[in-house]
Amino acid sequence: MKSFDYLRPDTLDEALAALSDPDAAALGGGTNLLDLMKLGVAGPSKIVDLTRLPGLDRIETLPDGTVRIGALVRNAALPRDPGFAAAFPMVAEALLSGASGQLRNAATVGGNLMQATRCAYFQDPFAACNRRAPGTGCDAKDGANRNHAILGWSPACIATHPSDFCVPLAALGAIVEIAGPDGLRELPLAEFHLLPGEEAHLTTQLAPGEIVLALRLPPGAADFAGHARYLKLRERNSYAFAIVSAAAALRLEDGVIREARLALGGVAARPWRATAAETLLAGARPAPETFAAAAEAALAEAAPSGANGFKIALAGRILARALAAAAAGTPARMPALPGSVLDDSDTEAAHA
Amino acid sequence: MPDDFAPASHVRLGSNSGQPQTRLDGLAKITGQATYAADNAPEGMLWAVYAGAPAGRGRVASLDTGAALAHPGVVHVITPQNRAELQQDPDARAHVFAWKIDILQSETIRYAGAPVALVLAETLEAATEGARLLAPEVEPLPVRIGFDDGEPFEAATVGIGANPATSVGDLEAGFAAAERITEVEIETPPQYHNAMEPHAIVAQWQDGRLVIDTPNQAIVMSRPLFAEYFGIAPEDVHIRSPYLGGGFGSKAILNGPQILACLAARETGRPVKLVLSRAQMYGPVGHRGATRQTLRLGTDAEGRLTALAHHSVSATSSFDDFLEPAANASLNTYASPAISASHSGSRWDIGTPGPMRAPGEATGSAALECAMDEAAEAAGLDPLEFRLRNYAETDPATGRAFSSKALRECYRLGAERFGWAGRPMAPGQMRDAKGRLLGWGMGTSLFPAPMSQALARATLRADGSALVETAAADMGQGAWTALAQIAADGLGLDLAQVEFRSGDSELPDGGVAGGSGHTATAGSALFSAGQDAVAQLVRLAVEDPASPLHGAGNQAVRAQGGRLMLEGDPSRSESYAAVLARAGLETLAGNGRGARSPEAAGAHAMFSHGAVFAEVAVDPDLFQIRVTRLVGAFAAGRIINPRLAESQLFGGMVWGLGFALQEEAVHDRRSGRLVNGDLAGYHVPVNADLASIEALTVPEEDPFVNALGVKGVGELGITGTVGAIANAVWHATGRRARRFPVMIEDLL
Amino acid sequence: MTFSITLTVNGTPHHLALDDMRVTLLDLLRDRLGLTGTKKGCDRGQCGACTVLVNGQRLNACLALAVQQDGAEIVTIEGLAPADGLHPVQAAFLEHDAFQCGYCTPGQIMSAAGLIAEGEDGADIERIREGMSGNICRCGAYRGISLAVAEAARKAKTEAGA
Repeated sequence: MKSFDYLRPDTLDEALAALSDPDAAALGGGTNLLDLMKLGVAGPSKIVDLTRLPGLDRIETLPDGTVRIGALVRNAALPRDPGFAAAFPMVAEALLSGASGQLRNAATVGGNLMQATRCAYFQDPFAACNRRAPGTGCDAKDGANRNHAILGWSPACIATHPSDFCVPLAALGAIVEIAGPDGLRELPLAEFHLLPGEEAHLTTQLAPGEIVLALRLPPGAADFAGHARYLKLRERNSYAFAIVSAAAALRLEDGVIREARLALGGVAARPWRATAAETLLAGARPAPETFAAAAEAALAEAAPSGANGFKIALAGRILARALAAAAAGTPARMPALPGSVLDDSDTEAAHA
Repeated sequence: MPDDFAPASHVRLGSNSGQPQTRLDGLAKITGQATYAADNAPEGMLWAVYAGAPAGRGRVASLDTGAALAHPGVVHVITPQNRAELQQDPDARAHVFAWKIDILQSETIRYAGAPVALVLAETLEAATEGARLLAPEVEPLPVRIGFDDGEPFEAATVGIGANPATSVGDLEAGFAAAERITEVEIETPPQYHNAMEPHAIVAQWQDGRLVIDTPNQAIVMSRPLFAEYFGIAPEDVHIRSPYLGGGFGSKAILNGPQILACLAARETGRPVKLVLSRAQMYGPVGHRGATRQTLRLGTDAEGRLTALAHHSVSATSSFDDFLEPAANASLNTYASPAISASHSGSRWDIGTPGPMRAPGEATGSAALECAMDEAAEAAGLDPLEFRLRNYAETDPATGRAFSSKALRECYRLGAERFGWAGRPMAPGQMRDAKGRLLGWGMGTSLFPAPMSQALARATLRADGSALVETAAADMGQGAWTALAQIAADGLGLDLAQVEFRSGDSELPDGGVAGGSGHTATAGSALFSAGQDAVAQLVRLAVEDPASPLHGAGNQAVRAQGGRLMLEGDPSRSESYAAVLARAGLETLAGNGRGARSPEAAGAHAMFSHGAVFAEVAVDPDLFQIRVTRLVGAFAAGRIINPRLAESQLFGGMVWGLGFALQEEAVHDRRSGRLVNGDLAGYHVPVNADLASIEALTVPEEDPFVNALGVKGVGELGITGTVGAIANAVWHATGRRARRFPVMIEDLL
Repeated sequence: MTFSITLTVNGTPHHLALDDMRVTLLDLLRDRLGLTGTKKGCDRGQCGACTVLVNGQRLNACLALAVQQDGAEIVTIEGLAPADGLHPVQAAFLEHDAFQCGYCTPGQIMSAAGLIAEGEDGADIERIREGMSGNICRCGAYRGISLAVAEAARKAKTEAGA
């Protein structure tokens, strides 16, 4: 790991000033940045530790019902917060389906958004990777790419965003609050991550010197609490990244879907909100064929980026499954194996 | 040693063996006090980190040693240019357990990750960054990885010196007589041991002696291998290996980084610590080579095998041979009038494979058990019934009687416990309450019961306690405990009265912790040493007029609980301490040897056996798999410690799960570098992968295998489990495994 | 640069002038404080062997910069047990033979202690399996681990209720 200086600002202004140095990197829990530094993928000369900034480790409910999550809230804190977990069960389930208890205790909300792809070629400094080293090419394209993107990829980059957490956030219309030298701004989370195009190294909308300050779940996002699931397909039953995953949330009235919120994970360089499928579901009655049609709509644009065509079918099926599970009602208790399609615990619905 | 004492016949063990004693090293391990190699930090120590080759084949063109040396804390860089001469050619295979190793002998790259330079620094951080700064530039050559790109060759040997081809009976006649022929091709990928403890060494030179802390499965045997490189006597190498954080075969063979650390310590005059990173464990420290296996099974109308042909193309490195002896698994498992087991090789630009938990048996039985399942299906027979019809009453390869074989009882007990009866024949018939596909499969476990050679010393002390010593290796199997139990029985003492020293090359050679033969071998030596000491004690007593045992015949005296007593008259007895005190002895030492005579080895076929039954749940659309139940029943001779034996069997079964569903190393076919060379990419089972697991042991008396009647359990569990799980996946989904691990896309 | 920090490790305060910002909490514990009970298995948060408690929460010490822990209270395997015996998780690990080689064991035990303190282990063993899945045991001692954690969790609840 390259040597670096360590700064521990006490105020946001100090932090932003320190981060104006292009060789500076913002540190939250460190679970991804430190790993990338060990791999030689990241090599900042200055680390700006944000964890002592005041006020960013809170989960607050604003007067209009918006829930605001500070960027320094640890991943584990959200599912542990009974009010949050009840209001946004699929967010809690997604978080608990990812990483391990230890990592969730360390990793921050802001860091989760900012985490890098786990593409092996991105993580290998000797490999060609447009995302890590612009213009070098993409070794994944003709390499081991079984778990790469099926949506939104380009010849320049076929990496996926690894987050579970971001998938339900995208579905629920979360807003990202950003602080930078020019003040505050905000963006929908579903647009926060950039698809590769020709500029694969630009992975998020953050401009140099900007940081994620908070996330907001808008009023109404909690209206889906009764019918929401996050399901994740993986090769071992825990502690593994998704092959594909899906967040599905429904607002049902009199047996009719009034509104649906859907997003896919593990399929693209961003959590993939499936708006066409959402539209298709609005006003429909929950039924397997409806869910299959929604899945088909969500994957209409999908194309293999390599030996990963099987993920297209799987992504559709897990979306349909998540819809069916959501329609059946959010489980009264978090499943023992969160996100698992092989969970065996009693999943009696809480609100249905 | 002429005074070695080796019991010739089946012995009666005392009260310590057979007890589920908790681990004697347990307290140290649960409190963090157990010292593994990398926990040592001698005064003045330097850290060593090597840079690895970023290509699978080619040549290192340049290294930025200037950048590395300029990094604060870096004190020295060793490259092929300045590496000191060594007394041994690293490309000579000087020993049956010595592989060709990479210790900077040239700029040639033979596999990705091979050491290209070593950086020494005052801190780990500086050494690590120094190694990164070397930024090797290479002139790459096209790499050959995979069976289609690998270079085929005729195998000279497989495994460690075994014949590449063996056949019995008339294969052609067998197939001609067959009612039906089942043909199966199955591939197994490169797998890596991934012991939790990365390979580590702390090397220091003390007055011309090389003192090494390193995890080692063959402590005394390894001394000359180190010594030859430095032109010193084997006695001048001192290896300390009290605890191994897992080995599984990868810590039995000398590896290049170990020699580099010793060399660096000599060059700098300071102790040197070198610990591999997890990524570096995919290269110079061995792996299980890939196989492409073809099986042909001929069966008659009653479902009996008429011929069995098993061929394995086994991958090895471009420069050395270790061919997974996969096909040999078919030589001893099922009865068939004609069997052929043959191998050929495929050279890949990867590190040389080596033994990994059940080398040959794991890969071979995985394929064999899948093929047997298909043959059973073709014959319209229940898989268990099919195996019973092909039960080998004598060893199919040699015709010899088995020293013991309680496999039939394993089948019965395992099937009963699992609830095998009533299993539908056709696949896809069972669902659980949530609509998931359920499947049941089974497999036969088999592993040889070999012995290596070991020595031990047992010293009775004036207070009646004893010190027993042998350089055994405990990599988790429980040597610290099970061997102490045997030693106590050999001495007629309670376990608490025995001090057991082990894991140090200054002690008598404890043999190799490998091949599932360590307990049998080192245990035999320890038991014999104890008996030798007791025999001497008895002689002292019966010849001493002051002893209550005076005049008794040697055979009439029994040793128990630290006392000698006359058989049939316990009133005539005295303590060990009393005998020693009268004789004026502070100590009395006995020596023992553990080995199998060639006559014994030739008289019987010696194997542990078992039957594994698996249930899997499979999502009917998404095809994620979970092993919901595993039941194994095993027969492995006398069980010294049922608690630890059960754990060993569990461990093997968990390895079987990983083999069947998860483990696969992926090399980039252009660069040769690992694509998933870490524990996030190379999946091994996690806790949530295990639902219900049971390992039953069937009592088995074996009067021939060794005097203790002990076989091994370390590798047995993996062998039946892989096939059982793959067969259960078929039974759930109707999809046959054609490669391991079974992947979701194979089931879609 | 140097940066002065204060850490309380197993109840003992340490005032340290760190001369290298790269030092992880794991390497600080092992190489600078001599607490080698905490193990390095992967150095990348992929195995859990380095699990320690930081301010009562289980963390991977390999993915934490030492300097960032300024002011933290850290408990390692060396400091888990009371002076007069074993922590209930340790005792249960011995009894259930929840380890073989012992290398992942300190991390498993610290993780279990953290899991039980989090109160998310639930009553059923399946939740324990999931909660302990961030700790890889290559020896495959998972059955014993789960049973040991369940027993220790039961004891902790009984004591809390008493």
